[in-house]
Parts: sequence; structure tokens; C-alpha cells
Amino acid sequence: MQLIGVIISLLAAGFLALALGQVSAKAARYSALAGLVVATVIFFPVLMLAITDANSVASTNSVWLAQASIDWIPRFGIHWLFAADGIAVVLIALTLVLGYISLLSAWNEITERCGLFYFCLLFTLAGVVGVFSALDLFLFFVFWEVMLIPMFLIIVIWGHENRYYAALKFFIYTQASSLLMLLAMLVLVHMHWQQTGMISFSWFDLLETDTSGSLGFWLMLGFFVAFVVKLPGVPVHNWLPDAHTQAPTPGSILLAGILLKTGAYGLLRFIFPLFPEAAASFTPIAMILGVISVLYAAKLAFAQNDIKRLIAYASISHMGFVTLGIFAWNMVSLQGTLVQMVAHGLSSAGLFAIAGLLQQRLHTRALDQMGGLWPQIPRLSALMMFFAIAALGLPGLGNFVGEFMVLLGTFQANPLAAILAALGMVLAPVYALIILQKGFFGEATADSKTSSDDLVSHEILMLAILVVGLIVLGFWPGLMTGLSERGMLDLMQLGIATGAGG
Amino acid sequence: MDIVQLFALIPLLVVASVSVVVMLLIAFVRSHALICLVTCIGLFAGIVGCLLTVGDGITQVTPLLIMDDFTRIFCALMLGISLAASWMAYAYLEASEEIKEEYYILLALAALGGCVLIASNHFASMFIGIELLSVSLFAMVGYMTHSGKASDVTLEGGVKYMIMSGVSSSFLLFGVALVYAHSGNLSIDLLAAPAGPTLSDGYLIVGTAMILIGMAFKLSWVPFHMWTPDVYQGAPAPVTGFLASGAKIAVFAFLIRFLIASGPDRIELLLMGLGIMAVGSMLLGNLMALLQDNLKRLLAYSSVAHMGYMMVALIAAIQVGSISSDIASEAIGVYMVAYAVMTLLAFAVLSLLAARNPSYETGDIQLYRGLLYRHPLMAISLFVAFLGLIGMPLTAGFVGKYYLMLAGVDQQLWGLLWVLIIGSALGLYYYLKVILVMCKEPEGEAVADAPVRSGFAGVLIGLLCLSVLFVGVHPSPIIEWIQLALVSL
Repeated sequence: MQLIGVIISLLAAGFLALALGQVSAKAARYSALAGLVVATVIFFPVLMLAITDANSVASTNSVWLAQASIDWIPRFGIHWLFAADGIAVVLIALTLVLGYISLLSAWNEITERCGLFYFCLLFTLAGVVGVFSALDLFLFFVFWEVMLIPMFLIIVIWGHENRYYAALKFFIYTQASSLLMLLAMLVLVHMHWQQTGMISFSWFDLLETDTSGSLGFWLMLGFFVAFVVKLPGVPVHNWLPDAHTQAPTPGSILLAGILLKTGAYGLLRFIFPLFPEAAASFTPIAMILGVISVLYAAKLAFAQNDIKRLIAYASISHMGFVTLGIFAWNMVSLQGTLVQMVAHGLSSAGLFAIAGLLQQRLHTRALDQMGGLWPQIPRLSALMMFFAIAALGLPGLGNFVGEFMVLLGTFQANPLAAILAALGMVLAPVYALIILQKGFFGEATADSKTSSDDLVSHEILMLAILVVGLIVLGFWPGLMTGLSERGMLDLMQLGIATGAGG
Repeated sequence: MDIVQLFALIPLLVVASVSVVVMLLIAFVRSHALICLVTCIGLFAGIVGCLLTVGDGITQVTPLLIMDDFTRIFCALMLGISLAASWMAYAYLEASEEIKEEYYILLALAALGGCVLIASNHFASMFIGIELLSVSLFAMVGYMTHSGKASDVTLEGGVKYMIMSGVSSSFLLFGVALVYAHSGNLSIDLLAAPAGPTLSDGYLIVGTAMILIGMAFKLSWVPFHMWTPDVYQGAPAPVTGFLASGAKIAVFAFLIRFLIASGPDRIELLLMGLGIMAVGSMLLGNLMALLQDNLKRLLAYSSVAHMGYMMVALIAAIQVGSISSDIASEAIGVYMVAYAVMTLLAFAVLSLLAARNPSYETGDIQLYRGLLYRHPLMAISLFVAFLGLIGMPLTAGFVGKYYLMLAGVDQQLWGLLWVLIIGSALGLYYYLKVILVMCKEPEGEAVADAPVRSGFAGVLIGLLCLSVLFVGVHPSPIIEWIQLALVSL
């Protein structure tokens, strides 16, 4: 019930912001903030439950911490079925935190049509929370699609110069691929119906479906394509650099921070548990795609001049590790994947926030027009350095833990893939440091000298949250992996193919 | 005809009397508001009459018409569409210089034609229904010939629709004649009668095929769709709305009765023909829509595509062969409802915009630039309609598409499902193009819109908007109604 409460409070605050936006922008901002606070308060007991659960070693509680089910369309056994295990709790917490971050970054940047903006922002958040907590496949699909529309509007209305093209591309990629998922979902339900005589969309029921045939493989591919587009992985990553670059800063933060994680979450929750045999046989190809994503996107990132584009390609590279970790399907790699997801959420949110702040000050995103920024805006530059080295995987920060665990787990499953992907950790410093070298060190250019103020208080607050998060995750990853451990263990056992062996 | 039959026929009699009453009223008082009100009340009474008698059993009224729950529920839908079409026409006609009142007579006659078609289980009544519908419609398509900027295309549209109707009627009649030659009877149920492989089977196959071709013209299935964009563009917006929803739904309802309930299951050749037409409609409709920069033509091609989607369920339903509690025929019904409300919503917005400024009537997509900022409510309504047509969850369109896919999966029509997915993916682009245009900043001088009292039409748009969302969020009631209708077949 708490999960429904979180979603409803976000939606309600969205409508409130839309209505109050007619009166004043300030009222819209504060109602959005209020909605987030209420959602956090409602969610807090679930988080506490997860923490106490994590501390008691042999907890007898169910893995599912908050579960609610209401009939929706009885004709097809469709329910409003919400539930969260440790994995979902971690990701929902990330969503709420990044909700605050994007709200703070919108605080000064968004000045036009505030009501509508916060409406879209909160609806995106509600959609993402829904994706992380829906365990009825139909419901999952509804949230999966519905979160697209507000994000699309955010890019279209408040985006930068080439926004129409970017928004169209974003929408068509994700929507077209999710049509495949819808078809796969329906075939899966139909299979289950014929096997058991019961029509149901519940994830728990569908786990019992025997999907070992060749049809199962095609169904798995249908899901895989939809999730990999969202993730995104090479070769269907093409929408992401455009969407990220053209979105306004809060939009980029949401996109990189949490929307990409919905793809990873989908891979985690659906591919192996529902199709263990098919996924096991598909593992080599998925791993190759993962390695290509890591290396190819890192190379492309290095070649970018637009700072947001560079960060976007870096995201693709980091998400390649997620693909690897999931398809290695052992406890270390899976936990590493989750750490990587959270760490990437925080670090890329920080990078995009700073890119936005730079654009506000310099009116450009081109690295070759920057230069020598450090002496002028030292605080912003120092924070940029922090997030850049977090992204390149410096030990002591979250991303390192994630990548290390993924590589460790992958090595057990497929040493060659792990070795090749580890090269990505060599390429990461190259593209991360090039930002600093081109933009912040050296001589100041004519463009970069004008009107440059350093950070103001709410901007520091926004970035400080992310910094603390990354450091805590880096030094004490057990705090988070403890939360998700039981849920992950359960999930992992579901995904091990009974016949062929994981 | 005894009193029981007469009583069963009341909903149709109410609709028939609407046109007579309206005609007589016009002779005495030419008041647009009054006429529109009387039409709306009459049609509403027809809906109430239909829905109240649901569950009253099956009454065969003369050999021509059958009043069962299927007839009642789909007539209610047909009358609902007609009600919306007369409602949205008020503001539109009020803003024009045309003679206004006769539109409602034509509309009531078209509604009656649709109802007769839905209720018919005899080829004679089928022909009467379809002709009543078409003859009223081509007068309606050419209604605005004297005024407005688009008078040339209006005349062209009217004439095209007339010629097309003539051609399709001749196909229909010849097909009926051939079937009669086979069976010696004009009742549609006779197709189901078992017959050995005799020479006369050829008559049956060719006859059914010709009847289907006649219907294909009306439903604008590829390759019989050529007239659609021109007629949609030429017709006044409320008429286009009626043409796109009501006229198609009546024909489709008849097809359910004709093809599925009567089950001519031995015509595999026809099934293949239907499959080819389905693929053609889905692909060509979407591909041609990509190229349009006129909203009305775009919607015309999109309706070609949507008729193609519905054929997937139709083919699945014919393959199943039986009707009771079957997903495929349910899918057709649910999709009909969903498609009707979404299309009506789009055209209701277009009509109200055209009432404010006749230049919207041309449908040029650039006029819609910045609509979100000029008329936020109308833009949002159009969003809802388009998101529904895309098939976004929580709109009626998604429930419809979900049903179609499930029907296809159930009958393992993989080829058609692939085409459906490709078609829908193509469709994304042109629907989004319209949404994008509405979101773009207005450029240069804004289109000056005349102040029109839009309250009355606004209520209709609001209602349609809510029903698109309601069917999407809570489809159970609609599903139950459709099941009720199908059970009685």
C-alpha cells in the first residue's frame, strides 16, 4: 500500500503543480517539493523495514516488503499488483533522491511554463517508481510506456536547439521496441494460459511457465530488445546522445539517473527469471554486446566536443557493465550491477547537473570554447573533477565498487569478456580527464571569460548530496548490498536454468 | 408484424421519427439551436431505448431485421456516434453561412441506415441500410459547397463519395445475386448451410467475395481506399468524424454477423484475400500517412491503417469459427468502441477549431503550430486522441491494440502480427509529428481566432476525452457489454 501511496502522492502533487503554476512559478515549485517530501515520508517505513531486515541475518519475513494487489481487469487476470524487494527498494530510493536533485536543478533553470514542467517531472518520477514496483506484467508495461510521455514533453518544450528531432527519436526507439515486448508478453501469457488453464499477468504466476522451447527464446529476445534500447546498449543506443544533449538539465538528470535504470531493472527482473534456459543460451551474444558497448561507447565519448554528448556516451559505456553483470548471473556480478546502477545514477546526475550549470554560465556546451575555467569558478571546477574521477572509477567511490564487482563476477562466468571489458577502465580516464583538460585547465578562451559566477548555495546542496552518496557507496557498499542481498539471492535462484545449469 | 415485434423495434422507430419530426419542425420554425436539441434528444432516447431493452431476448421482426442484444448494443454505439456528430456540428454550422438545419435530417437518416444495417440478417435489409447510410452521407459530405475556403475540395469529395458508393453498391448487389443463385434465399444465415462441392459453390465463393469487395470500399481497405483521403479532406469536419467512425462501425458490425456468426468457413480463398487486404491496409495506410502534411488526409490514411488492424482480429475470428466467449470477436468489438471514441474526439476538436477560424478546415498542419499555448485544453484533447491512436496505455487505444494482439496470438497469425507491429511503429512518426507541431513555439503572426461560445462543444470534447481515458483505465464495463452483445449471436 505504501508503494501505491508514493505513486499517488507524486501524481497528486503533479496536478497541484499544474494548477498552481497558473498562479505563480514559486507555488508550483513548492508543491512539487511537497509532493516529493510526502512520497519520501510514505516510502520511509518500507526503507526502514528493508534495513532492519538486512541486519537480522536469518529474517523470516517475506522477501517482498510491501505488497498490494487490487483487481483491475478480471477478464484477463490483471491486477494492480505492487511489491518491492530489496532491489526495488534501493532503486526507488535512488529515484526519490534524484527527484530532489532534478527539482533543485530545475529551480533556477526552468522559468517558463513552470506548472507544466513540474507536472511532467513528477509524472516521470511516478512512472519510474511504478516500473520498479509493478509485478503484474500488464501494469509494468503501462508504467513503462506512460513514463515516456512526460519525458518526451520535457525534451520537446524545454529542450535545446535540436529538441524536436531528439524527442522524436527517443520516443520512436523506445515505443517501437516496447511493441515487441508487448507482443512477447502476450505470447508468454498465452503460453501460461495453455499450460495451466489460468490466464494471469502476475510475475509470480508466470514464473511457473515452461519457456524452454525455441518460442521461449524468441520471447526472451522480445523483452531483451525493449530493455536494451532503454539501457541503452550498442547497437540500439543511437537515441541516447541526442536525447541527453537536447534535454534540459533536469531532464538529462532524470534520463541518465533513473530512466536508463528501468532498462537494467527489466533485464534483471524479467530475462533470467522468466526465461532461464533461453537467457543462458543467449549469454555469449549478450556478453559480446556488453563488451562492445563498454569499449565502443568509451571511444566515441572521447571523440565528442559537446560536453553533454560526451557524458551521454560515457553512460552507454557504463551501462555495458550492467549488461555484462546481469548476464554473468552470479551473486557477485548481480550485486555489482546494482551498485553500478546506483553509482552511475549519482555520478551521471552530478555530471549532467554541472554541464547544465556551465551552459547557464557560458551559453555553450562545446568543450573547445571552454578552457581555463578552474581559476574563475574553482568550486564548480573542483566538483566537476570529483564527478569525473568518480565516473572513471577511482577506488573509494561508488563506481569503482560496482565495476570491480561486475568484473569479478563476470570473470567467473566468462574470463575473456571480463578481460576485454576491463579495458574499459583504461579508456574511462581518457574521456573523463579530457573534459578537465580541455575545459578547466589551460588558457581561458574569449568565450569562457564572460559572466562566470561560482556556485550558489542551492547548487552546492544539490551536488553535495551526490558527493556524499558516492563516497558512502565507495567506502561502505555493504550498506546497500545488504539491503538487496535477500531479494537478489531469491532472484538469482529463479534465474538458474534447471536443466542446462547456469 | 405483431405487437411484440413492434415493441422490439422501438429504438429504430424512435430514430426514424427523429428525421420526420426534425423535417416537420423545420417547416415551421427555423431555429438551429432547437433543431439540434431535438435531434440530440431523439438520438439520446434511441440510445436509452436500446440499452434498456438489453437482455429482452431475440425477436425476429419480419424476415428482414433481428433485434437481439448485439443489435441493441451496437445500435446504441452507432446512435452515440451520431449524437456526438450532431453535437459537434452545432458550433461548426453556427459559424458558417450555410443553411444549417437540414444537416440534422441527413444525420438522423444516416444513423437510421446504420442501425438497419446492424440489425439486418437479410440481404435486402442490408442493402437498404447501407444505401440509406451512403445516400445521406454523400449529401452530408458535400454539405458546405457554398461557403468556406474549401468549397472546391468539398464538391470533389461529395462527387467522389457518390461514385464510390455507386460502384460499391453494384458489387454488393451482384454478389447478393450470385449468393441467391446458390441458395435461392436472401437470408444471410443460409451461407452456413452445409453444401456439397457442387458447381453452385463457385457462385457462393464469387458472391461472397463481391459482397466483401462492396464492404471493403466502405471500410477503405486497401486497394479500395483511394477515395478516403479526398473525401475526408473535402467533407466538413463533423461529417468526417461521422464518416470515419459511424459509417465504418455499422459495416463492421454487419461483417461480424455475416462472416463470423453465419460462418462461411469453407472459403479459405477468401481468408487469404482478407489477409492480403489486411497487410496492404496496415502497411500502405501507415506509409501514406507518413507523407501527409494535411491533418485530415493524415487521419484518413490512419483510419485505413486502423481498419487494417481490425482485420487481424476479423481474420482470427473467422478462423476460430465460433463466436461465444471468444477473444477475437471481442477484440473487434472493443476496438470498434475505442476507435470510435478516439476518432470522434479528434474530429470534435477539429470541428470546434474550424468554427473559430474556417482556415482550420483546410487541415493544413502548420496552422496547428503552437496550439498548446493558444488553446491548451483543445491541444491536450487532441494529444489524448493521438496518444490513443498510437496505442498508449491508459487510453482506449491501448486496450484495443492489446486485444487485437491477443487475438492474433491466440490464432498464431504471426505474419499479420509482425505487420501490425511494423505498421504501429511507422504510425508513431506521423502521430508524433502532429503532437510536436502543437508543442512548437508559435511563429510569426498567430492565427486569429474568432471568439465562439465553445461551452457546448467543449462539454462534448471533455466527455469524449474522459471516455478515451476511462475505457483505457477501466475497460471492464466495455468488455462486459461487448461480451453480452456477442453472446446473443
